[in-house]
Amino acid sequence: MKINWFKYAAPTAFYPLAGRLVPVLAVAAAALVLFALYWGFFETPERLGGTNPQKEYYRIIFIHVPAAWMSMWLYLVLAAWSAVGLVFNTRLSFMMTNAVAPTGAIFTFLALWTGAFWGRPSWGTYWDWDPRLTSELILFFLYIGFMALHSAIDDSRRADRAAALLAIVGLVMLPIIYWSINCPDPNNCAALHQRSSLTDIESNILTAMLVMTLGFWLYSFAAAFARLRNIILLREQDSAWVRTMVDAAGAGGPANAGGGDALDANRRGVSA
Amino acid sequence: MQGLIDFLSQGGYAFYVWSAFGMTFALLIAEALVLRRSRRTILQRVGRLARLRMQNVPPGEHR
Repeated sequence: MKINWFKYAAPTAFYPLAGRLVPVLAVAAAALVLFALYWGFFETPERLGGTNPQKEYYRIIFIHVPAAWMSMWLYLVLAAWSAVGLVFNTRLSFMMTNAVAPTGAIFTFLALWTGAFWGRPSWGTYWDWDPRLTSELILFFLYIGFMALHSAIDDSRRADRAAALLAIVGLVMLPIIYWSINCPDPNNCAALHQRSSLTDIESNILTAMLVMTLGFWLYSFAAAFARLRNIILLREQDSAWVRTMVDAAGAGGPANAGGGDALDANRRGVSA
Repeated sequence: MQGLIDFLSQGGYAFYVWSAFGMTFALLIAEALVLRRSRRTILQRVGRLARLRMQNVPPGEHR
């Protein structure tokens, strides 16, 4: 069996596919998030180990950790599509980077925001220039920089390449964020932020956290695909397939028969 | 009723817990709504431009 892997590399083919995926992904994401919220708030133990009750602000873990993971994962996706776009010069890859960036920026902001509201009761401060917090803040600025650079250049193909390069250079932040708390020698880590270890977490708390991560991940797919469809429509609005699609949808316009200039008719002929 | 109050007070940390969760879901829902609205706007504009072409009006004048 021969599969044409490049079929969906064309915006024409990907647009309807994404349209079918978005509602499915959105519903699945909502279901997982709701389940994780229920599990996190009602099925977790009141006390761990000793007799002291859990301090309730720990529940921020159910969104803080998933948001922080998504912020780094989406940056990796952003940089990967940037690299694919630069190497193969495929339009859809660059559109994908623009579709992912705002969602990544939102999750980065949320990681910082939820962290601040966790830090205040546990460390006594909303913000500290701790290595982990600072490097995550720089990641946020990288997302903002990517979007700002792209929108500052009028020619979209030049904007694509410039922003893609910035995204790849910014990759340097990911290992810095990771090792800002997980450094090989703990004595070298002057971090306020606690080290991460999945094996030390109570299983119900871990369940809620991982299900929430899956929910955020599916949400990111849904949001990125929905944005990708908008970008495709905007960039391809003069192409024959968008025109025929809009005409077919009616849009309250006059019937195709008779209307349209010669160029229009010509383009339709090509697409058919 | 008492159970609901206990739940909302989150052991005295209501401000921190609900600020974090509130912002998270406000932003995610807002993003979804913005995406839906911009899709409608784009489709309307593309449709309008298509109708203008039908009437042989240069689309540049209306962009």
